[in-house]
Amino acid sequence: MFVENLTLAYSGDKPVVSGLTLEVPSGRLTAIVGPNGSGKSTLLRGMSRLMAPQGGRVLLDGKDIHQLPARELARQLGILPQGPVTPEGITAAELVSRGRHPYRGLFARLTSDDQSAIDEALAAVELEELKDRPVDQLSGGQRQRVWIAMVLAQGTPHLLLDEPTTYLDLAHAVDVMNVVHAAAHTSGRTVVVVLHDLTLAAQYADHLVVMGNGEIAAEGHPVDVLSAELLHEVFGLRATVVEVGGAPVVVPDRRLAV
Amino acid sequence: MVGGRVGRLVGLGLLVLVVFGASLALGARWLGVGAVWHALTEASGSDADVIVRSLRLPRTTVAVLVGACLGVAGALMQGHTRNALAEPGIFGVSAGAALAVVLGLQIGVVESVGSTVWCALIGALIATFGVQRLASRGSGASPVGLALTGAAVAALLGAMTSAIVLLDANTLDGYRFWAVGSVAGRGFDVAGQVLPFAAVGLVLAAINARDLDLLALGDDVAAGLGLSIRRARLVGLLAIGLLTAAGVAACGPIGFLGLLAGHVARRIFGARNSWLIPASALIGAAALVTADLVGRLVGGAGEVQAGVVLGVVGAPLFVMVVRRRAVVL
Amino acid sequence: MNPRTLVLSAACALLAIALALVSLSVGTTKLPVADVVQALLGGGDGGTRLIVLELRLPRVATGLLVGIAFAVSGALLQTLSRNALASPDIVGVNSGASAAAVTVIVLAGTGGGNISGVAARVGIPLAAIIGGLAATAIVGVLSIQRGVIDAGRIVLIGVGVAAAANSIVAWLLVIGDVTDAGRAAAWLAGSLNARTWSDAIPVGLAVLLLLPVAVAFNRDLDALVLGDDVASSLGVRVSRVRIALLVIATVLAAMATSGAGPIAFVALVAPQIAQRLAKTERPPLLSTALLGALFVTAADLVARNGLEVLQVGPYELPVGVVTAAAGAPYLLHLIGRQQKGR
Repeated sequence: MFVENLTLAYSGDKPVVSGLTLEVPSGRLTAIVGPNGSGKSTLLRGMSRLMAPQGGRVLLDGKDIHQLPARELARQLGILPQGPVTPEGITAAELVSRGRHPYRGLFARLTSDDQSAIDEALAAVELEELKDRPVDQLSGGQRQRVWIAMVLAQGTPHLLLDEPTTYLDLAHAVDVMNVVHAAAHTSGRTVVVVLHDLTLAAQYADHLVVMGNGEIAAEGHPVDVLSAELLHEVFGLRATVVEVGGAPVVVPDRRLAV
Repeated sequence: MVGGRVGRLVGLGLLVLVVFGASLALGARWLGVGAVWHALTEASGSDADVIVRSLRLPRTTVAVLVGACLGVAGALMQGHTRNALAEPGIFGVSAGAALAVVLGLQIGVVESVGSTVWCALIGALIATFGVQRLASRGSGASPVGLALTGAAVAALLGAMTSAIVLLDANTLDGYRFWAVGSVAGRGFDVAGQVLPFAAVGLVLAAINARDLDLLALGDDVAAGLGLSIRRARLVGLLAIGLLTAAGVAACGPIGFLGLLAGHVARRIFGARNSWLIPASALIGAAALVTADLVGRLVGGAGEVQAGVVLGVVGAPLFVMVVRRRAVVL
Repeated sequence: MNPRTLVLSAACALLAIALALVSLSVGTTKLPVADVVQALLGGGDGGTRLIVLELRLPRVATGLLVGIAFAVSGALLQTLSRNALASPDIVGVNSGASAAAVTVIVLAGTGGGNISGVAARVGIPLAAIIGGLAATAIVGVLSIQRGVIDAGRIVLIGVGVAAAANSIVAWLLVIGDVTDAGRAAAWLAGSLNARTWSDAIPVGLAVLLLLPVAVAFNRDLDALVLGDDVASSLGVRVSRVRIALLVIATVLAAMATSGAGPIAFVALVAPQIAQRLAKTERPPLLSTALLGALFVTAADLVARNGLEVLQVGPYELPVGVVTAAAGAPYLLHLIGRQQKGR
């Protein structure tokens, strides 16, 4: 996936993302981090078709995503945006089954291919036992995993996830990130995930993109990218970066009241 | 799971058949099952045969058709606007039909029930088209935008209607009988006139069902799954317009049916539109036939219009449904 | 109050006063605005005073007050139910009032003939108030869920109650004599024609008493916008506040309806327009009130003189026809602009 000179703006306003170029490594997990308002979610919307670019283009296997038919694109690229709506009373299996939409005919029932994709997706997020439970009765972490299973069932080689760990406690966030990591490393998908937890991003990402003011401030392997200087410059955060088990960990400098 | 739903759908179908039969048998004169069967199979021109074949059968048929149309229109609207309040009456379509009927009465082209049908159809279709154009300005309608647009158009058209009605007592006299909503005196000709619109509307609704399932996950998720939001909304609006137009044209602005059918269906079948839409059709049909029957039974010679019965009886029922649900909207 | 809201309120107030003066000066006898002002301040000759103070002022005052009452009622209902479609027109207050009033009109009219004259004159406003209050009482009681009036339920149950009341109105119109049906239809459209002080004073009292109370709830309303849980953690007694606001909204709408009939769209559209113009997260109460007054006064001016200016004839339109015809396109315009911005 290749983002070329992309400019994104909400109508009339000044661009949120301007002239951004990014090569997303295939079959790897790329994490996008940045302070609030840096344009990371907007970039993700622009990389799918949720937002039309003001300039530039997004290439998927050499083809501009805006030239592809909608269903074709939906078989190549899955996106889990922020704030999906959980319909009242829907079961986990039913929600996941809606991920099969790009493959279904007008009135056709689910095929055995569809069914196995759904089962695989539920297995990947370890929710097979809960598949007949209404999603609104699940815990926050389980609910988020159901939504991820829905995009996994879409069976796309490319996957975009917008802050999938928001509102989750660390244990559940780790569960979700394990699933996301496996999607890249076990299934060979190209995964791009927007995160706001720097340490979590650094632990899992093969490629880390740090955004500030609608541009890429730094990118590369987390160990090479995360530094005290960068955190101060982009986030305005005074912190120490230590390395634990080959991945950087951000420890904020405290200012304790005396 | 699925088996249970099929069973419930069949149950609803049976319910429609039962009330259909009751509507043929009961009224100012009560007929036995034998008499009704005789009238349907080997009519010989007896009084009972005439009552069944030329009075009760046509109006009951119209009630089934219109009830199904308005029920489905309500379910579609609730899905598209994600607003539990949405129903055809609030969407401007009924108001468009009313205005056209009043104009027709005013210039004198409307004299009989048959001629209101064409006026109402034209009015309803123009209103639908208008709402559709207005609602799809900019980046396409948000659920709230859609609901407000419908309400605004309804108010505008309603104002024009009342201006005309107030300036002319004759028009008011014709209008008030149309506006109450009734299936009395509707024959097979009325059913035939609205059938094409109803049929196209129902097909579009069936096509739209799965799109609605995706839209229910939020516009962004739906778009990510390859759905064209704009086209899905367009098909939905068209279906709503055609179905409401058919219903209102045949029977006048029968309010509340769409709301009732959509909610009861959601309660029995849950969120999936492939079930919701046929269920709303059956519930709408059963409700309108029942309302007409009740109106005939309690009113005696005077006969209370189905629209009134639906409002007075349906509203408490609706309130009960709302109260028993844990979460609304 | 932020500067934008303040400017909006001031603009609405000034415009409303200006239009009220114009409204007092036009009519069968055209008076210069200067004479009108003089008469209002206690001067002027006897004839002018009679026309301005006795004939025209009650109507203009009723219009201003009814506008305030409907608009505030709508703003309160929309905020407390968190639904832009909630307004007394939709959640049953106006329908309940209408059903009661039309019952009096039809049963007391030429068809029934038992009650007439003074009784019918006093009976209609009284019936409207009772009907409106009864409708909300039903809605309020039925909306209680686990001891709290539920925001979503108010609207849904309100629609149900409104549907029942509306079908009773339609039925009364059918069984009534055509003259009575005509009178009822005219009342239902909402009119300020031939209003006297006896119409204006009850609405005035309601506004005078309840508007300050509503404004006193401003902080609670700010909290309610954030959801019941947040509001109660901020120290708002959600259930009590909601009941209080519901009662205030109902009394205002019922009094306004008794004064001028269920004028369409003011309660729905005035809060929405004020909110969008002020760019606030909920309808600002004072601006909404003044916008409502401006809206009804302007609409009545058009209703009285519109057809004559257009040379259609010397007819007067009901003010409710104009409020709907003018409010609806403006609301459409605002929705459209918002969609483009998305």
